[in-house]
Formats: sequence, structure tokens, C-alpha cells
Amino acid sequence: MSAALELTSRPPPIESPGLAAPLRVALVGNPNSGKTAMFNALTGSRQKVANYAGVTVERKEGHLTAPDGRKVTVLDLPGTYSLRARSPDEVVTRDAVLGRLAGETPPDVVVCVADATNLRLVLRLALELKAVGRPAVLALNMIDIAQRQGLDIDTERLSRELDMPVVATVATRKRGIEDLVRTVETRATAPGAGHAADWHEPSATEIRALHRDAERILKACVTPPKRPDTWTGRLDSVLLHPVAGLVILLGVLFLMFQAVFTWAQPIMDLITAGFDQLSALVGASLPDGVLKSLICNGVIAGVGSVVVFLPQIMILFLFIILLEDFGYMARAAFLLDRIMGGAGLHGRAFIPLLSSFACAIPGIMATRVIDQKRDRLTTILVAPLMTCSARIPVYTLIIGAFVPRREVYGFLSLQGLVFFGLYALGLVSALAVAWVVRKVFWRGASEPFIMELPAYKLPDPMNVARNVLQRAQIFLQRAGTIILSMMVLIWFLSTVPFAPAGAKGPAIDYSFAGMIGHAIQPVLAPIGFSWQMAVALIPGMAAREVAVGALGTVYAIQGGEGASSVLGAHLAHQWSLASALAFLAWYVFAPQCASTLGVVKRETNSWRWPIIMFSYMIGLAYAAAFVTYRTAVALGAG
Amino acid sequence: MSSPVRRLPEFDPPPKPATEIVTSLGAGRRGFFGVVASVAAPGGAASGDLPAAELERRLLEMGFVEGAKVEILHEGLFGADPIAVKLDDMRVALRRRDARGVMVRTGI
Repeated sequence: MSAALELTSRPPPIESPGLAAPLRVALVGNPNSGKTAMFNALTGSRQKVANYAGVTVERKEGHLTAPDGRKVTVLDLPGTYSLRARSPDEVVTRDAVLGRLAGETPPDVVVCVADATNLRLVLRLALELKAVGRPAVLALNMIDIAQRQGLDIDTERLSRELDMPVVATVATRKRGIEDLVRTVETRATAPGAGHAADWHEPSATEIRALHRDAERILKACVTPPKRPDTWTGRLDSVLLHPVAGLVILLGVLFLMFQAVFTWAQPIMDLITAGFDQLSALVGASLPDGVLKSLICNGVIAGVGSVVVFLPQIMILFLFIILLEDFGYMARAAFLLDRIMGGAGLHGRAFIPLLSSFACAIPGIMATRVIDQKRDRLTTILVAPLMTCSARIPVYTLIIGAFVPRREVYGFLSLQGLVFFGLYALGLVSALAVAWVVRKVFWRGASEPFIMELPAYKLPDPMNVARNVLQRAQIFLQRAGTIILSMMVLIWFLSTVPFAPAGAKGPAIDYSFAGMIGHAIQPVLAPIGFSWQMAVALIPGMAAREVAVGALGTVYAIQGGEGASSVLGAHLAHQWSLASALAFLAWYVFAPQCASTLGVVKRETNSWRWPIIMFSYMIGLAYAAAFVTYRTAVALGAG
Repeated sequence: MSSPVRRLPEFDPPPKPATEIVTSLGAGRRGFFGVVASVAAPGGAASGDLPAAELERRLLEMGFVEGAKVEILHEGLFGADPIAVKLDDMRVALRRRDARGVMVRTGI
């Protein structure tokens, strides 16, 4: 790429680089242009992920030091096809480029990252950037693939036409990155490189004109590939086949579900055991009292209950990032759009919902794959209705105690059928709620579905690893803080005040949780809940499976080997069948998980959505338990 | 397909040999190919829930512009919807409903 070298051979700025403020660079580009790989190549591990002030759009910033010692700050802006923002992410990109984003310093140079093998649309974006007038540089990324295809690009001419330097790069191999940095530095100080920002939303006519211009430049500067990519077409004829494509997709989803559900289990067990040991170790060295209880049962158990999700989250995001980088995610959305669309969900909602079978927390975090805000919120709202793995211990306990162990039709286990029924109930109600949200609350707000199907590309292992680790870090930082504080709060409620000396009842009975349980019991009486059940619901807010332990505490069943079956036998004596069924119905819907609410708060950046989620789920849970209880009583199971 | 082929008089090509037909991309089947003659989102409530002008601009931004070559490569399983099209040298997936405003000139 001789043009790039020529363009970068200008003398460096005269001012002393050490004294200058850091150079601010923003990355702009179409989706799938390798922008994130470029960001990683530029900044390495010096990255920080946060949210933009007041919006839920992810803000990725990184730092590097140029060869001449100058500090450079790089902002990775959300991918877009134009500056005409259509989603909150694209609003951020537009405002950042125009320098009107609240709380952000306008970038000194905009780097437009282009997939060299797919220039048509990005050229129009580059023309838009040129019109805005901020100093810009075009990075022709994936130039190696373009060369392999025999695609010839006249970079000198391209640079003249766009009025911006052009640098050829291969971000995944870090080729051309130094060139790019040098060019950016030169561009930032070049006189007349930028003029006053003057931008208005282009009309259809103007878009047509821009497109014609881009088309002309494309014809003038790029000769079509001599060996075009045929793999994408060949793979698509199988992967997008109406039947074979769906079968393969189901296979991929099954593998992913298995991985999240089973591969993570040994590591999760290790983490749980590790935290139990730590708790025991710390407990042995502390005197009995509030401090010991706070550290062991509050902090260590709280941190443990957050960290235990980490393996699931990392496996899930490994799959998501691999599928995204390979180019399959858009295909999966294509195949599932009609099916998901029937319930008013976006084609991409399947990943978050599937993940929610393991745990709603990674599921809700995964809704980031959905661009449109409303589609994303709908998915977040229904994700906790999918039967997560934390419900399994509760279901197992109650079903084991109350549903007779016999077979129906000679081969189906009745207990298994009830189990399956609870799963199905969760799934069906999630789809129903999504449908209601779409029809009632966001009437007539369906977005068009127009999506580029990118060429298939082999994912770059380093990039995948970096992005998975980044997700893990985000989870620990963001979810960790809020979940941990909720855990400590629940510990506080279930422990304080302490039982008086010589008290006969279980200690929890004297705590705030006990008081709350007794206070709300009259409200829960119509659905057949005893005060013990009501009390167990309070610590059960920490996580659904905690309810099992809490019931043990309330009924003063000692823990240890076989405690669960002892508890089951005890419950079978204490509860009526109607109450047990109502308890199951409650657990299908109830928002018995503070962590989920915490993550929703984090992901939506407001308390509004967790409150709405809590209210509708409590409402559904109460109604379902009421109907179940009353029906069962009427049928003589009271 | 349920959506009728709508003729937009102002965009109709000048009278030419009768072998040229302009039909909506939204009504095409697998293998359908041609050149985009006009892009205009059909008006009325049935065109989706976006203002027609907005849908038109989105189609334009994705590369559905007059003169672009299109070919329907794949169809979904249910109702043959959505469709995957080759658009010049890229591939784009879209719902038939959103594709109705893309009028395609096909030669026979």
C-alpha cells in the first residue's frame, strides 16, 4: 500500500508531544467491519468499559502511546450505516462525531473503519463524515482478505476522492496499526483538515445522491475481485436452507444449552465448595457473633452467589462472540424471525431467552445483541419467566414430596411430567407476556427487519478471548456490586434482631424477615401459604434455591446428608397438596431473585424496569397460586 | 404472497418492449432477480409501523437504490418469510413486508 506510506511520511508535529493533551480518536464504521478488532489492536488490554452518561449504551475507551510518546485516547463508537441515528447506540455515534455528546470531549480525529472487501456502504458513511468536516482517516481493514480475493484498490485515488488519508490495515494481525497511528497524529495537526461541523439529517434524495457518489468512487477506485468469496454462498445454501438451516440451528442451540448447563457445573461446584471452605476457615478464626455472621453468611456467601454464575456467563458469551464473529448470528436471526415474531419478539431474542434457562442474569446481559430498545426491553422483561436452574431445587423438593412416584400410560413418570409442565408453563407465559407487552404497551411500534448478512469469517482466537474476558470483568464489576449489596441486605433482614437467649423457635422467626413473613401471611393466606412459607420467601429473595434452605431453617431441620429428603417428608406432613401446588405455581412466576432485579437495574440504567418486572411477576405469581390453590381445594386436595 | 403487486405510476419505466416487467421485491420467489427500478415505501397502515419516508430511507441506506442488482437467494420456512437477497455484492435479510416498496425490473 504505497499510498498509505506516502501519506504518513509527512513530518511529525513540531510541538513537544509530551506536553500536549492526549489525542482523542473515535472509531466509526459499519457493523461487521472489524471495528472491535481494530480497537483491540490499537489499545490492547488498556481498555475501560462503562456506560455513556444517562443512556444504556456501552462506552468502550482505551489508551495507547504513539511511537513518538504522544498519549492517544481511543473511543470505540457503536457500529452504524449512517449518521442518521435510528437506535440509542447510533445516537451516541452521531453525537460523538458531531461533538455534541453531553459529557464527552469531541474527538480530534475520526477513524472510519472499513471492511476492504465490502466498501459500498462504508463509502457513503465516509462521505457523510467528510461532509461533517471533522478530521477523518479511512482504515481499509481486512486488506489481506481483499488481496487474497484479488481485489484491487487504488488508495491514492480513494484518498483524493474522500479528502482523507487512507491506511491499509489487518487489525487481527496488527498490520498497518503503526501507520494508522502516525497518520492520525499527522491528520490531527494538519491545517485545514477540518472545518466547522455542519450537518443535517439527509433526506431520501440526499441519500440517493450520496449513494450515487459512493458508487462512482467505488467504480473509479476498486476493481472487482478476481477470486470472489464463494464460501459464503455455499455455506448459506445449507445454513439458510428453510429446513436444514433450522435443524442445524437447533443443533447449535442445543450444544450451547448443554454447554451452559452442564460444562459449567463442575466449575460452579468447585466455586461453591471453595467459598464454603473459605467461610468455614474464616468462621473458625472469628468469635461467634454479628461480625462472624455478617462476614460468613453475608459477605462471603453473597460474593460466592455472584461468582458462581461466572462459568455460565463466560461459556455463554464464548458461544455468542464466536457465532457473532463467524457471521452466523444474523443467519440465526433470519431463521428464527418468523417464529419469534409471532410473540412480538425480535429474531435475535432467542439467545437471551435460551440462556435464561440456565440463569436469567447472563440472559439479560445477552440482550445486548438486540439493537432496538423496545425489542430489548421486552426480552429483558420476559427472560426471568424462563425456567432457570435455580428453580430446579425448589421444584425437586416439592415434586418429590407431593407428586406420587408412579407412571402414566405405562412409561411416563408422573413426577417428570409435572416437571416438564412447569418448564412449559414458564416458556408459554414468557411468550404470552411478550405478546401482551407488544400489543398493549407498544402498540404499532414494530421495527422493520432489514439486516446485513455478513460474509463468513473465521473468528480470531485472541479477539474472542479478549472479548469473553471483558464480559466476565463487566459482570463482576457491575452486577457484583449491586448483587452483593442486596445479598448483605437480605442477610441483615434474616438475621437481625437475634433470637433471645433460650428461645424455642428458629432464630429466623425473631428477625425482620420473620416479622415481615408474619405480617404478609394474611395476604398470602388466600393462596394457601402458611406463615412458615411466608417467612421462607424473604431469604428466598436472595436466590430461588435459597428457599429450600430457608424452609429447612424455619422447620428447624438440621442440614447435612439427606436433609432435603427429611425436609420433603416433613413438608408432606405439614402442607396440604393444594398449598404445595400453589407454592409451585408461585415459583413459576414470582420474582424471587434479587440478583435478576439488580442486573435489570444495571442493564436499563433505571429502577423503573426492575420495579415493573417485580410488580407484574408478583401479580402473575399471586394469580397463578390463587387459581391453583382454589381449584385444588375445590377438587378436594385442601 | 399476500401483498399485492402495486404499481407506482410515477416510477414506471418509459414504455419499452413488453418483455420488461416491474414487480415488487416483496412478492418475488426464490430465484427472482432483476434491477431495482424504484424505492418508495408503500403508504398506509399496512406498511409497517414506521412512517413510509423512514422505511424508504432505511432501505436506501442498506443499499436498495435504483440501479442495484437484486436476487432472492433464500426464503424462510414459514410463509417464505423473511427473504435473503443478494444486493450488488452484499447479502441482506429482510421481511417481505419491508421489501414491498422495492420495485424490481425483470427482463424475460
